[in-house]
Amino acid sequence: MNDLNPKLYNVNVEQESLREGFGRGLVKAGEKDKNVVALCADLKESTKVEDFAKTFPERFIEVGVAEQNMAGVASGMAAMGKIPFMASYAIFSPGRNWEHIRTTICYNNANVKIVGSHAGLNVGPDGGSHQMLEDIVLTRVLPNMIVVAPCDALEAEKATRAIAEHVGPVYLRLARDKSPIVTTLESEFEIGRAEVLIEPEEAEAVIIACGLMVYRALMAARKLEREGIKVSVVNNHTIKPLDENTILAMTKKAGAVVTCEEHQMAGGLGSAIAELLVKVNPVPMEFVGVSDRFGQSGSSAELFEHYGLGVDDIVEAVKKVITRK
Amino acid sequence: MILTDDKKKYLEDKARDIRRSIIEMLVEARSGHTAGALGMADIFTALYFGILKHDPKKPEWAERDRVILSNGHICPVLYATLAEAGYLEKKELSTLRKYGSRLQGHPHREFLPLVETSSGPLGEGLSQAVGMALADRINNGKNSQKHFYCLMSDGELQEGSSWEAAMLAGKEKPHNLIAIIDRNNIQIDGHTEDVMPLEPLADKWRAFGWHVLEIDGHNFEEIYASIGQAKSVFNRPTVIIAHTTPGKGVLEFEGKYEWHGKPPSREEGEQALKELRTLGGRLKDD
Repeated sequence: MNDLNPKLYNVNVEQESLREGFGRGLVKAGEKDKNVVALCADLKESTKVEDFAKTFPERFIEVGVAEQNMAGVASGMAAMGKIPFMASYAIFSPGRNWEHIRTTICYNNANVKIVGSHAGLNVGPDGGSHQMLEDIVLTRVLPNMIVVAPCDALEAEKATRAIAEHVGPVYLRLARDKSPIVTTLESEFEIGRAEVLIEPEEAEAVIIACGLMVYRALMAARKLEREGIKVSVVNNHTIKPLDENTILAMTKKAGAVVTCEEHQMAGGLGSAIAELLVKVNPVPMEFVGVSDRFGQSGSSAELFEHYGLGVDDIVEAVKKVITRK
Repeated sequence: MILTDDKKKYLEDKARDIRRSIIEMLVEARSGHTAGALGMADIFTALYFGILKHDPKKPEWAERDRVILSNGHICPVLYATLAEAGYLEKKELSTLRKYGSRLQGHPHREFLPLVETSSGPLGEGLSQAVGMALADRINNGKNSQKHFYCLMSDGELQEGSSWEAAMLAGKEKPHNLIAIIDRNNIQIDGHTEDVMPLEPLADKWRAFGWHVLEIDGHNFEEIYASIGQAKSVFNRPTVIIAHTTPGKGVLEFEGKYEWHGKPPSREEGEQALKELRTLGGRLKDD
């Protein structure tokens, strides 16, 4: 089990955005393998591809505001042996260019990494048009695709380096907003391996979360503990393929599940877990996610509360799921 | 790349054999696209039997020229040409579009790895060709000995993504990228200029920064000359607008958009094969 950031429960916990972790990871991946190339659709600074572009200008391609073309170009580069990372906002890629990703990348089984930054409500003031809440479902339904949603900047950096070494299409989901560091520099990251973050004896439920909801899940677990309710928390950073062994082991022990994601409830992490559990070990389950609605302008904190993704929402979901056991 | 009279005769014979294979495959498949496949037979012949740097015995040869078929629905001409060139057994052609066949209704690399890309959905091939050329440029700079041929339909130029790719190529200027547009003026619902006008097509490509050539896509001399010229242009990509007759080679099919997406019946196929054997009645039928 990996250690948690010792400052996790402090008010002054370190904060950094996932995209910054990605930016560092991409430079390191580029240093390690000269075949790593990057493409961007006019969002070099905000997707944090900028450092890579400065370090390896000959390996960076600016395609302009044209995400459909970016997918095809990345596929063509992969066909010639490159390892392309194509970065944009999640709403545009894999949103706008989904069928191009399906055909030119997944159907070709091309070694392309699709990096969707600014996913979720944490985009904040930009409003609902830019708050991508459907990217996990759009990508996980594609054959050959791996789907990774890191929980903090350190994990985003490690995930970036790991997916560079995985051969095949990957979607990496990133967030705009600064968020607390949950893991440590030493925490291990492996594609497809869920991390059990806390596992008290006789847990009454397990919370399975991804992305920025992992931190909130840990805060909820602490609050519940004060009320005498013990829960486990799993960081399920890889949504596809699921770590079936860990999920089944944890749900068997706890007998009830709450999933948490900054995404529509329909089709995302919760759905993926439910698809597994309903076949093998059906247990009471609650979903924390966005309930078939679009986002709106506001601060990240305001929006998480408004759409039912706050710490108290998780606490309530756990209490509810335990009564259903 | 010199086209002698003997070579021209050789290419004409090859193109006729490829057209015969196309008809036979489509009759067996009982579905598929006739007009575009027949219309591009001469360009495919010129590429695979004269122009391309390739080796059917080594389909994975890294230094080969790349052929990216963007409008995957005309794949009968690709499969027939690959068989004629020795990449496939000719008898495999009769499996087109059937369960378990490597010859999928639209090309799929998982089934047939020797095609450069899977394709079908329109407006995506040029992006991939640009990507290949740019990746090659990272490795070899201007010294690349490879050429990247993207074969496209005119109808697919109605897809906005085609122009996104054209714009990027205009900016990056990969000199070894050669797009060939099958300008046959038809698409599923009718004539292109009725459905969604493309003209002035050459001006559009010029405006996007390409070197533009227009040829008769059934004239081997023009095909050879245009590609020779494209290879000598070092500061821009080239697009060859190849004016073709859809359904070329079989009078009954020629110029009719109704033949875009349907195969000949057995009887129509037999009539077409007879016409190809006799070159439209000019030769005696054997």
